[in-house]
Amino acid sequence: MKLAISAQGEGLNAQTDQRFGRCPYFVLVDSESGELLESVRNESAGAAGGAGPQSAQLLSHRGVEAVLTGNVGPKAAHALKAGRIKIYTGVEGSVCAAVQKFNENKLIAVSEATTSAHSGMQKGRQR
Amino acid sequence: MINLAIASGKGGTGKTTVAVNLALALIPDYDNVELLDCDVEEPNAHLFLKPEFELEKAVGIPVPAVDHDRCTFCGRCSEVCMFNALAVLKDQVIILEELCHGCGSCAYLCPEKAITEYNRPIGTIKSGSAGKLKFGGGYLNPGEAMSPPLINAVKKMIQPDHISIIDAPPGTSCPVVSAVSGCDYCLLVTEPTPFGLNDLDLASQMVSKLGLPAGVVINRSDLGDDRGEKYCRHAGLPVLQKIPFDKELAGLYARGEAVVSHNREWRRRFKALFSGITGNKKEVSRP
Ligand code: SF4
Ligand code: SF4
Repeated sequence: MKLAISAQGEGLNAQTDQRFGRCPYFVLVDSESGELLESVRNESAGAAGGAGPQSAQLLSHRGVEAVLTGNVGPKAAHALKAGRIKIYTGVEGSVCAAVQKFNENKLIAVSEATTSAHSGMQKGRQR
Repeated sequence: MINLAIASGKGGTGKTTVAVNLALALIPDYDNVELLDCDVEEPNAHLFLKPEFELEKAVGIPVPAVDHDRCTFCGRCSEVCMFNALAVLKDQVIILEELCHGCGSCAYLCPEKAITEYNRPIGTIKSGSAGKLKFGGGYLNPGEAMSPPLINAVKKMIQPDHISIIDAPPGTSCPVVSAVSGCDYCLLVTEPTPFGLNDLDLASQMVSKLGLPAGVVINRSDLGDDRGEKYCRHAGLPVLQKIPFDKELAGLYARGEAVVSHNREWRRRFKALFSGITGNKKEVSRP
């Protein structure tokens, strides 16, 4: 399965990022082989609004089937659903570790938002 | 005649008080003064002026609706939208209305003509008069964030042969730019505190980017230090008026009254402020 992990940097060793729409990178990984497919810069990370749906669109265009992340806002969840992308939360540590946890079924599959609108934005500002 | 914006880098500096008093101070000498409240998120000039409204009109913006039978999910609309209001996902186009500025680009550029537009109400504009003073204002619907189109609708009410005083929203972002652009002069109201100074700096950068001549009114001028004045001297911004903290003034403000209607000296000072502005304003050539 083609996974996208919200991350703070590029590659398999990058730290995961808790924010779905506002993470600086998405690292795309093949879950079966554990192989790095691509690190995609999230252009909408700093957008004034709509970062979640834009990120969902980005991943949908790349044929991503599931995202591994920390929190997903309501608009992002809606857009991911429309893109038929599954959502798993509970990532921590590196991208690699997140993929491993996914393969061990240790991440939490969610179908609804895990956080309120714009909360990713506030966290981003505090940094 | 002249479009004069009253702005401030942040809220609560007394911007509206200055706008209202300036307008009222000019009333005895001019027949063509109008005040336009463009602070549409928190309009309060009407509380001081208590105008009688004669006209009220709903303002909306055209937002897209997608005909999913025609749409090929090509993604073009999302590419052209500068505001992230559209996301194309598999077999669905998601529209985030609250982000849409109603620019029309998506409908215009959709290759399948799959986008139609409908009107989404964002607020109301009202106009009327308070005695000799003409008044207009914009009132954003509660919870609404899309203020620039409403501000533009208020500004359409500007009468070209009038002294038009425009109470701009606080801050330095989009709504303020909508309010002050196209004006002949921008008066910046500030307070002599470190925060005030910082906001003044941002506001003065904004007006200079817009190429607007500007001057400063320092409110509660006796409460802080002289850094504000030093800043102005350095930035080449004339300080046109200093308003010391005044019990009478504060009391009138609390009762929603304008100081110039009660006090001759203040009327004189606000008139002098206006002369300062007109003497200071870059001559605008009108075709
Ligand atoms: S541009 Fe038109 S056809 Fe293309 S995705 Fe948008 S609405 Fe559909
Ligand atoms: S009208 Fe303009 S702002 Fe609104 S969705 Fe279309 S392109 Fe975006």
